[in-house]
Amino acid sequence: MSGCSDCQTCAAATVPFPGPQTAPRTVAVIGPPNSGKTTLFNRLTGLRQKVANFPGVTVEQHTGVATLPDGRQVQLIDLPGVYSLSPRSEDEQVAFDVLTGRREDTARPEAVLLVLDSTNLSRNLMLAAPILALGMPTLVILNMADDLSRRGGRVDLKKLSAELGAPVALIAARQGMGIEQVFDFLAGAMPKPEPKQLPVLQDVPKCRAWAGQVGEQAAYLPPIPPKWTRRLDSVFLHPLWGALIFLVVVVGIFQTIFGIAAPSQVAVDRLMHGFGNWIAIVLPASLFRSLIIDGVLGGVGSVIAFLPQILLLFLFIGILEDSGYLARAALIADRTMAKVGLQGKSFIPLLSAHACAVPAILATRTIENKRDRIATILVAPFMTCSARLPFYILIVAAFIPKKQLLGPFLSEGAAAMLGLYALGFAMAVFTARVLKSSILKSSRTPFLLEMPSYRWPTFQSLGLRLLDRAKIFLHRAGTIILLVTVIMWAMVNVPYTNGHPPKIEDSMAGVAGRTIEPIIKPLGFNWKIGIGLITAVAARETMISTLGTIYGMDPESNKHGLEAALHNDLTPGGAVALLVFFAFAMQCISTIAVVRRETGGWKWPAAQFAYMTAVAYIGAFAAAHIIH
Amino acid sequence: MQLSGNYQTSDAIQGSLIDLHRGDRAILDGIDLPGEEARRLMELGFLPGTQITAGRSAPGGDPQVFQVDGSEIALRRETARRLKVRREKVAKPVQTPGA
Repeated sequence: MSGCSDCQTCAAATVPFPGPQTAPRTVAVIGPPNSGKTTLFNRLTGLRQKVANFPGVTVEQHTGVATLPDGRQVQLIDLPGVYSLSPRSEDEQVAFDVLTGRREDTARPEAVLLVLDSTNLSRNLMLAAPILALGMPTLVILNMADDLSRRGGRVDLKKLSAELGAPVALIAARQGMGIEQVFDFLAGAMPKPEPKQLPVLQDVPKCRAWAGQVGEQAAYLPPIPPKWTRRLDSVFLHPLWGALIFLVVVVGIFQTIFGIAAPSQVAVDRLMHGFGNWIAIVLPASLFRSLIIDGVLGGVGSVIAFLPQILLLFLFIGILEDSGYLARAALIADRTMAKVGLQGKSFIPLLSAHACAVPAILATRTIENKRDRIATILVAPFMTCSARLPFYILIVAAFIPKKQLLGPFLSEGAAAMLGLYALGFAMAVFTARVLKSSILKSSRTPFLLEMPSYRWPTFQSLGLRLLDRAKIFLHRAGTIILLVTVIMWAMVNVPYTNGHPPKIEDSMAGVAGRTIEPIIKPLGFNWKIGIGLITAVAARETMISTLGTIYGMDPESNKHGLEAALHNDLTPGGAVALLVFFAFAMQCISTIAVVRRETGGWKWPAAQFAYMTAVAYIGAFAAAHIIH
Repeated sequence: MQLSGNYQTSDAIQGSLIDLHRGDRAILDGIDLPGEEARRLMELGFLPGTQITAGRSAPGGDPQVFQVDGSEIALRRETARRLKVRREKVAKPVQTPGA
């Protein structure tokens, strides 16, 4: 690395480096999309990462701690991938604000790690101009050195460093090759950059010409085009095979999530149940035991049960994204999605929403266009998620005769289930159209999608991502679900008299159910269903356990089971109304929480909740009056 | 669209990116889009004077991938239509290794 010869003198003049007990240095990692910035960040920080949103915006903030060989610690901020620093998109605004110290919540970094893709250096160097112009100590990292040399490209690091006036390191972050140079920089004196010259930053052609010149001075020889990427694209983007492979991938993901997630969900449920039984033996019967088993375990259990399928989904998305196929899938899906006013990148989130809206909403992060992203977030909960399934199955079994519709292929029950899927999908499409032609009318940014080269996903990157998601999911959604279930538990047990919980209709929950009865009567629901609907606001599956508890307390209905009890208590019109209500209503506190987090405020989740509840009420009202 | 005197306008075929078939090469002349959008495209390498090669597309032909400045960028037809290009000679298929 050049520039280091001067460092000796600078180092002698600088104040001694503070020890590890004081606040660590903060260094920002920045680079264009697909430059391997996050791979390097993961290499440097490992498991010591924190993920949060930048407050007020939907941009994700990754921070982590890198420990230098001498034991000192450096705090790293992984900034969003940007092509330039002119603050136009939200991502660029955040990057710009953090680097210039304009964000009050984030300390201004002392230095910058600029990560560039060495296989396309001339264009990537354009970002070096605005970064070097900031005057902060910068290490220019040329990533993907392995690809560069394998495909016959090369660059003179000494000359490049002289042109940029900053140290340059050639590394391969995926293999960990050359990482020690990054540590050396972080541990060193960090000189300010002294580039030979910089272009006018606002002038893109001048910036590009400057980047080309710098590359030329550094004897940059671009590598030949990636042979395997071209070969794979001739299959994946083939007019016929490409479409078929796309369908196989989509159906495969859908099938696996349903096929594998359901048993694993049962397993988690059993585990929680077993744990509950064990507590029932250990703890004496008391209000406290009831709180632990019915409140805490019930609440936490209902959340953890979704973890396997969420991790599975993120594993698939991770593989698709890291391998480079996701960009191709978005390309193939774009035209179909455009008909609804959305775009190709909305496709995977909407597919995932059939498993669970929470990971789907997290998956919208791949959509850079903010309006498209919010529209996708708003329609995702209409997709039939797996939490609706148990209740659909219960009601369909109770009300739809077990008759065959199409010989052995399709029973009336299965047809009804398919109809419910179609209903949710149709409402999502309708809502997307309305949103995209009104308040979320596309901002005028054209649809641009860079096709990265295909690469093998690494276990490290996939593993870290799953860990991230598991942590976020359990922490954020878990705390809220837990709180609501404990409140619900309390409402069923208040007023507690003579050491006994009250009769269900006299409990706070019962009173609440009877209070809302006039509102839900037009839909054909009684107060018991009302309690179920109140608890289902927390999570849809709680509807079944609540109804089970309520009907279980009545010896008459208890004898015949929940199915028969519901059959007696609901008119067919009421049953259909209830299904329609479930298809449309936003009964999921985790989704509300994640929408608030992802959109950075209460505005969108509140509007979404109001809209979905209104649609559910009107839909159910119509259903109850059409069907008798 | 302004052509400087250095170019032989007589041979050039003028059109937009959507006129290119897979493998066709052309030189970008100008971007007929508002400033911000044009800037975004320029940052991705779509600068006047740059050579663009048409690549594969989604089934149905929209969006299409274009090779420009060392990377591959997909554009919708509605955007590609606004990128004015000029071809020096009659387009001939480009050898793409392995394809």
